[in-house]
Amino acid sequence: MKHLLIAAGLTACLATGASAGVLDNVKQRGFLSCGSNTGLAGFGLPDDKGVWTGLDVEFCRAVAAAIFDDPTKVKFIPLTAKDRFTALQSGEVDVLARNGTWTQSREAELGLNFGGVNYYDGQGFMTRKKNNISSALELNGASVCVQQGTTTELNLSDFFRSNNMKYEGIAFATADEAIKAYDSGRCDAFTTDVSQLYAEKLKLVNPDDTIVLPEVISKEPLAPAVRQGDSQWFNIIRWTHYAMLNAEELGVTRANVDEKVKSPMPEVRRLLGVEGDFGKGMGLTKDWAYRIVKHVGNYGESFERTVGENSKLKIKRGLNNLWSKGGLQYAPPVR
Amino acid sequence: MSGGEQGAARPQVPLLHDPRFRGILAQALTALVVISLIWAAVDNAATNMRARGIPTNFDFWDRTSGFDVNQTLIAYSAISTYGQAFWVGLLNTLLVAGIGIVFATLLGFLLGVMRLSANWAARSFAAIYVETLRNVPLLLQLLFWYNAILTPLPAPRASLGMPSVTLTWPDAPSFALALAAAGGAFFAARFARSRAEDDARELLASVGAALGWIVALVALLFGASVFIGAPGGGVLHWGGPAGVYLNNRGLLLPDPRFGPGFEWVMAALALGVALSLAFGIWARRRQALSGAQSPLALVSLALILGLPLLAFFAAGGPVTLEYPVLRGFNFQGGVRVLPEFVALLLGLSLYTAAFIAEEVRAGVQSVARGQTEAAHALGLRAAPTLRLVVLPQAMRVILPPLTSQYLNLTKNSSLAVFIGYPDLVQVFMGTVLNQTGAAVQVIAVTMAVYLTISLATSGLMALYARRTAWAER
Amino acid sequence: MAERTTPSFLRTEPSPVLPPPVFAGGAVKWVRENMLAGPGSALFTLVGLAFIVWATPGLVRHLILDAVWTSPDGVACRAPGAGACWSFIARKLEFFLYASYPRDMVWRVNLCLAMGAVLAVWLLWPGAARKGLGAALFFIVYPVAALVLLHGSEALGLPKAPTDLWGGIFLSMIVATVGIVFSLPGGVLLALGRRSRLPVVRFFATLFIEFVRGVPFITVLFMANTMLPLFVPASWSPDRLVRPLVGVSLFASAYMAEVVRAGLQAIPRGQTEGAMALGLSYWKMMRLIILPQALTVVIPGIVGIFIGLFKDTTLVAVVGIPDFLRTVETARLDPAWAGPTISTTGYLFAGAFYWVFCFGMSRYSLMMERRLAAGRKR
Repeated sequence: MKHLLIAAGLTACLATGASAGVLDNVKQRGFLSCGSNTGLAGFGLPDDKGVWTGLDVEFCRAVAAAIFDDPTKVKFIPLTAKDRFTALQSGEVDVLARNGTWTQSREAELGLNFGGVNYYDGQGFMTRKKNNISSALELNGASVCVQQGTTTELNLSDFFRSNNMKYEGIAFATADEAIKAYDSGRCDAFTTDVSQLYAEKLKLVNPDDTIVLPEVISKEPLAPAVRQGDSQWFNIIRWTHYAMLNAEELGVTRANVDEKVKSPMPEVRRLLGVEGDFGKGMGLTKDWAYRIVKHVGNYGESFERTVGENSKLKIKRGLNNLWSKGGLQYAPPVR
Repeated sequence: MSGGEQGAARPQVPLLHDPRFRGILAQALTALVVISLIWAAVDNAATNMRARGIPTNFDFWDRTSGFDVNQTLIAYSAISTYGQAFWVGLLNTLLVAGIGIVFATLLGFLLGVMRLSANWAARSFAAIYVETLRNVPLLLQLLFWYNAILTPLPAPRASLGMPSVTLTWPDAPSFALALAAAGGAFFAARFARSRAEDDARELLASVGAALGWIVALVALLFGASVFIGAPGGGVLHWGGPAGVYLNNRGLLLPDPRFGPGFEWVMAALALGVALSLAFGIWARRRQALSGAQSPLALVSLALILGLPLLAFFAAGGPVTLEYPVLRGFNFQGGVRVLPEFVALLLGLSLYTAAFIAEEVRAGVQSVARGQTEAAHALGLRAAPTLRLVVLPQAMRVILPPLTSQYLNLTKNSSLAVFIGYPDLVQVFMGTVLNQTGAAVQVIAVTMAVYLTISLATSGLMALYARRTAWAER
Repeated sequence: MAERTTPSFLRTEPSPVLPPPVFAGGAVKWVRENMLAGPGSALFTLVGLAFIVWATPGLVRHLILDAVWTSPDGVACRAPGAGACWSFIARKLEFFLYASYPRDMVWRVNLCLAMGAVLAVWLLWPGAARKGLGAALFFIVYPVAALVLLHGSEALGLPKAPTDLWGGIFLSMIVATVGIVFSLPGGVLLALGRRSRLPVVRFFATLFIEFVRGVPFITVLFMANTMLPLFVPASWSPDRLVRPLVGVSLFASAYMAEVVRAGLQAIPRGQTEGAMALGLSYWKMMRLIILPQALTVVIPGIVGIFIGLFKDTTLVAVVGIPDFLRTVETARLDPAWAGPTISTTGYLFAGAFYWVFCFGMSRYSLMMERRLAAGRKR
């Protein structure tokens, strides 16, 4: 009875029976169910052997590492833009790490909670070099290919309306169809989040003929999402990202984590679970952050490996650099 | 039970073996199962939707949509409402379905008749056409057409331009001469034909008539000035700024703007339709009384096309054309036919025509062979036999499946979603559903629209079938 | 007395037999009647022949002579003047067949396809022995066996292959087979319901059939995908592949019901009356007397539904299921193979695949129609 009252008091909109938390379910099931992209290079894409790679994928692996000490205990469920939130709401996935934008209505109306922002993105345009333009403000009258049913479509309309420009938007059900139409010359420009632009550019016949324009017309903080109503699970998702950030800030990497355990620095010792037990409150072991770094690495490593200099996408850190290096990534301390 | 003695005479049946009771029991059970299934589904949906924060009402209908659509038949922009987006999608569906039905019918009847043709080339072509298109998924054909249309077409800057054609009022003498040439050719041809006594002369007369018509047409088109050497005459001028362009953004056409005086043209059109209807009734009555036939098609054409044309010139050409102009990336102004629309129209028409052809063939074959033989015996040639004897009878057989083919075409237009044509499914069940999250309402409304179209059409069809039913013998 | 003389105009011996007219038989007659029956006909024939002469060399060059048969990547296909890129098909064939299904487990897929083919031939072969057994195997045993085999089962030592890895030709086959397996019994039940004497049953059956037949397949798929999870308790959360399969089954059942109904209507009333006179119950009468006759009559119609169903499997891509056509679309996007002829080659291959199946089925249905008609001729 008391249990029920607490559960009812926590939130009005519980998705599944709240008696057993998500963490218990995950542990009982033996693997994490992670909603991922159907195929977006750099964020979530199965390679030729069916192994998933990408920034969002590594985030899910980090969660699995914190829970099971085994980054492979994840089942990736590819979701289209259309049914990603329904899949999360229905409990089909435990966490949705699928380059989803954190917005007010998604939290307030869809009953979701967004964890730490693992990629600060914004919507941009790409166009052919031979159009000879250097700014999105010169796109007046252009035909723009866009994937339908996303905030992208709305931002596109807002951008052209606020700059008093005309355009023709051609909406396609999938990004693949939109990029193919752009490639065949149906559109002058293609718009989506900048990070995706770089990934989609790789699919063009002649990627070098296309440039990404400098304007970023929207704020797209991409963050993993969970259902509301289970704060413990929400904490795990949020602090997995922060642990990776703190590790980068403190210079803890996958290679040196075993040495850093012996470090005298109190911040490092607290993070790696040598001092104190910070995992307990989240239902995890005290070496939860150690497991994350050991199996996946810190945020910087993950970034460079999946979307940064060591990947095909070659995206600069930019906004996603640490706050101490001029970026926006800032993690609260573990203590 | 009614009737005391009957009831007494009936053997006592256990209640469970009484057919009437069993019937009621079975129905009650069915109703119970179905209703409880529906109730469980609705209950689950209500719970799930509340839990997931999915909207359950139609509040979204009047909210600002915030997205644009690239083909709108009614005024629509990003500040319009979701409700208006629904109408935009619905009208786009109806547009492509309506034009597709016309094309598919014409092509389907042609192919159906060709399949039964005595000519080997016509027969084989129709057979290959039907067997190929019927057996390949429509979606594949749509993707193919979309690709086939987009790939060879140039970018806007390298558009294929077509020279513009301008209409000018010829000077009076040359117009009179053109009219005289046309009339003379017409009557000369008729005269030659009426004098024909055998096949060879009749053939000669037909050739002569055809030549006469061509001369008349040329005279009208180029104006009599060509023949009398007067400058400035003529009805049509080629050259000048191009008005029609073709590129991978679509087909651009001049946009007609109707000035004052155009209402006279519309009035003339209405008058022409009314007069030709009246003439049709008169001609039918005359044929019933005297057997004399009237050139109905010719007179109707002259009335419906000629009267408005005369009014058009009399009012001083009250239509100005707004030409598309290349400005920046694209052409501005004018009317644009989207490549997605063309691909969808082409795919739907060609595919459905294959099915209509088969229905037409079955219908024609259902007409007894004696009908054709009797018509031949009466001296009718192949074409009039088909038109006057076979097809009217075949129509009773063709019409019901033809209607369902029309409905199939309308329903298949929903495949637009795969090639980005903004039809009802793409705009409403795609974008609006995603932006609002109101899945149940949006899907229900979409299905209701198609259901209404289907049921209304089938209802009309049933009514028609009842009115034209064969008298049972 | 003058000698009796034979008048000179009388023939004394029969005239020689004329050869038959040249134009009245054989190939010449055929050509005259079918190609040169009149000026219009001759013109049409000429145009047709001209088209063949014009199109054939280009087609042969594009499809065979200039085609690229062996090439590890798209470079050879991008060369100017290169024809169809068949090596693209060859290299991607495995992807077309299995999509992302784990490669070390594809024997399971192959086994399933082979079993399905054997059973299908058994059922479709006119006059094959023990069709009842075949039907039982196909409609009951085979789906279960295929499910266990494809999805895997820990108990049998088969590792799991989750449905999100399924795709390609074999997934198209699954969708079609599921549609067939569920639509036949479903259609029969619905048709019986629609012809039932009980108004409530008739009402529900008619409502369902008219509803499903009145809406596009895509909307049914959408409904199955987004609304099915809402209609069941939240904990069920139906598999992403199961949802469109439910949609396909419902859709095909409604269409099947109308075909079966036509068959039921074609059975003379005397059959029903005879069965009732024998004292058979409703279900016995249907099972033993009416349905065997009704279903035989409408075999062509049933095959027609299967053809439609097979073509409609391409639409499941709208809810994110990677069927065969979708894998072709994906492969077409591969930048390594990008080239001017890739799209047409891919579509040509997909078109040929669907055409062979659908045309084969339609020929089969024609053959059955003739056999049935032969049996009915008096």
